Order: sequence, then structure tokens, then C-alpha cells
Amino acid sequence: MVVNCEHVWREVSNYLDGEADAELRAAIEEHLRGCKHCTAVVEGMRNVVQLYGDERMMEVPLGFSRRLHQRLEGDMSRSRRTFLGWAVAAAASVFIAGGIEVARSSVFSHPGLRSEHARTSNRVPPDMMVIVADDGKTFHVAGCPFIHDKARLRTIPAYEAEQQGYAPCVRCMKEYLDATASSHRWHEMSDKDATLG
Amino acid sequence: MAAGTGSLEHPAQQDYERRLIQRIGDGEHEAFYELIRPYERRVYAAAFALLRNDADAEDCAQEAVLKAFKNIRQFRSEAKFSTWLIQIATNEARMRRRKQRTDLIEPIEKDQGQEGTYAPREFADWREIPSETLERKEVREKLAEALSSIGQIYREVFVLRDMEHLSIDETAKALGISTASVKTRLLRARLMLRDLLAPGLGGPWSKDLSFAKGAKPW
Repeated sequence: MVVNCEHVWREVSNYLDGEADAELRAAIEEHLRGCKHCTAVVEGMRNVVQLYGDERMMEVPLGFSRRLHQRLEGDMSRSRRTFLGWAVAAAASVFIAGGIEVARSSVFSHPGLRSEHARTSNRVPPDMMVIVADDGKTFHVAGCPFIHDKARLRTIPAYEAEQQGYAPCVRCMKEYLDATASSHRWHEMSDKDATLG
Repeated sequence: MAAGTGSLEHPAQQDYERRLIQRIGDGEHEAFYELIRPYERRVYAAAFALLRNDADAEDCAQEAVLKAFKNIRQFRSEAKFSTWLIQIATNEARMRRRKQRTDLIEPIEKDQGQEGTYAPREFADWREIPSETLERKEVREKLAEALSSIGQIYREVFVLRDMEHLSIDETAKALGISTASVKTRLLRARLMLRDLLAPGLGGPWSKDLSFAKGAKPW
């Protein structure tokens, strides 16, 4: 394989990047041995790549890093504040919703409920095992942080808990029901629950 | 060829970065500072090369880093964090250029390299330029000036490939062009820079640099 100057100029970049195949590479090197102009092109390009590739070419304005970190910090604290705001708003809405439900439950109070602050739910799978405390008013999913009086806990099916006047915990049961709302099992349970209710 | 990037490409560095990203995802936001520290200069350089203005480049670089922070969960661990970050910076800079409509000010360029061979200027003499030359501010300025003077489509390829050390494929993905176009534009950019920086063209190098008095640099 023999290459001329034009061929070398077209391939010089690939040659320097090591992307020319062995045959082309050998042909270019053979050409360079007899051509000063192409040698100057190859070496000139090598200089360009080496000089621009040096990290010293990446100058940043004085104080760039400090200003960048300040902006990041501002953004991070804004996100935290937004999250906090969201959490407060969410808590407030739960509280308001709870208040509405309290009002509703006082109007439509279940005769067997242990407290007018609790309400029944026909969405709870009846044979789901739940946790109750003897003198408590609500039933919970195991591990719920709002279980009180841990010394006197019992595990019973949800339908028994409801029969005994316990109402679902608005925190853990809501979370559980939301998570399982779309599952097939849930629909089956709902149907069964509806017939029991 | 990829001077100054060896440690960044090391697998141990990538493992370390993956752990940092995991910690950030778990809510330890402060770990992000550590993650970006090695790349701050590169993000700025990518932005500056495309925007050619200090203030715009700094704002763009900051915005790119903030976007990376906000979208860190979308980062795919099989990619290199540095490549992902530079891509964000490139996209941000290109978006700003479109908004500023600076693309209209620059002459429309085509891949002329695909239509004909670029004939490099003839400088028969050459010698290797030691990298220590870059310690001199005026040399860095001349290089930056030359880079600014080549067309946008060549400059962005050259910056991503030869300064940011992205691969041909990564450069093509970052710019949304084919690998063939990357190669064509890279060849043209390198040849143009070689021609611009060689003395004898009335360029600024020939006036200031000691090596230009006798021998030609290449």
C-alpha cells in the first residue's frame, strides 16, 4: 500500500489517535520518511493535541469554585426547606383530614367504636392480622410507630378488631392500603370485606 | 494523548464515585461536593469553549452542576460520571447559545472536510513544544485565542475530544452527531489549529515567543 500527501492529511487524525489499521499505519510511516511537509503536519498536530489536552489549559476565573459551592449550598438548603415545607403541609393536611373525619365520625358514629375519634373502614382485608392494645382504640400494622401500651398487645384478624370496636390507625393502615390498593389480592379482600360488612 | 486525566479514568476512581453517588442518593447531599471537585475545571472549560464569555460560562457551569445534583438519581452507573457531567454542561451551553441566537451571528459552517481535503499550510520545519510552555500565561492565551477563532462546529468537537478527553462515541452522543462527523470535524479542527499556531502567518505567536525567533515551532 502506497499513500500520497492528500491521503496522509485525511488520515493524520486517525493515525495519531491509533485508529489507523496496521497496513495504513505502515504506509503513512513509510511516506513520512520521505516527506518533510507531511512530517511537519503530523508533528504539528501532535503538538496541538498535547498542548490543548493539558489540564493547565483549563483555567477558571478566580473564586469560581467558591461561588459554585455557594450556589450549590443555597440550592441544597432551598431543597431542604421545600421538603420541610412539603412535610409540614402534608402533616397539616393529614390533621385537617383527620378533623373532617372526626366531625364525620361524630355525626355517623359507629355504635360499637371504642372512640368517636376512630372510624371504621370497609377497605381493610378482614382476615389481615393486625395489632391491638387492650385499652387502645385503634388497630395497627405490625411495626407501626404509633402503637402504644406495648405491654398488652394482641394480634387478631382485622374483622375481629373491628367487631371489638377498634378502628384502623390513620397512619399505618392508610399507608398499607395505599400500597396494596392496586393489587389483585386487595380486590379479592375488598369483595370479601364488602360481603362481610 | 489524554494528558492529565489518568487518575480520573481509573476504575478505582469510578468505584469511589459510585459509592459517593449512592451516599448522595441516600440523602447525604454534602458528598456531592467531593464528587464534583475533580471536574469543576472541566465543566467550566466545556462551557467556556462553547460560549466564549467568562460570565456566561460561569453561570452555565453552575447551572450544569446544579442540574447534575438534581438529577443524580438518573445517572446510570455503567457510564462515567465525568462524561455525564460534561454532557450536561455541553447541552446547557448549546441551549444558551440558541437562546442568545449567537448561532446566527457566527457564519454557517458545513462539514467541508467531507466535500474536499483540507490542505494544511506548508511549514517544513517543526519541533516538539514542551508542555512546560503552558506555564506562560501568554502561551495559554494564544492557544485560547486560536481555539476561539475556529468555527463552532469544529470547536465543540475539539474541546470534547481533545480537552475533555471524551471518546469519539461519547463526543458523538453528547453533540447528537454521527461518529463520522466527529472524526471529520476533529481532523479539520486539529489541522486549522496547527495552521493558526504555526508562525509565519502573521499570528501573535511569532512576535512573543522566544522559540519563534530562530526555528519555527513546527
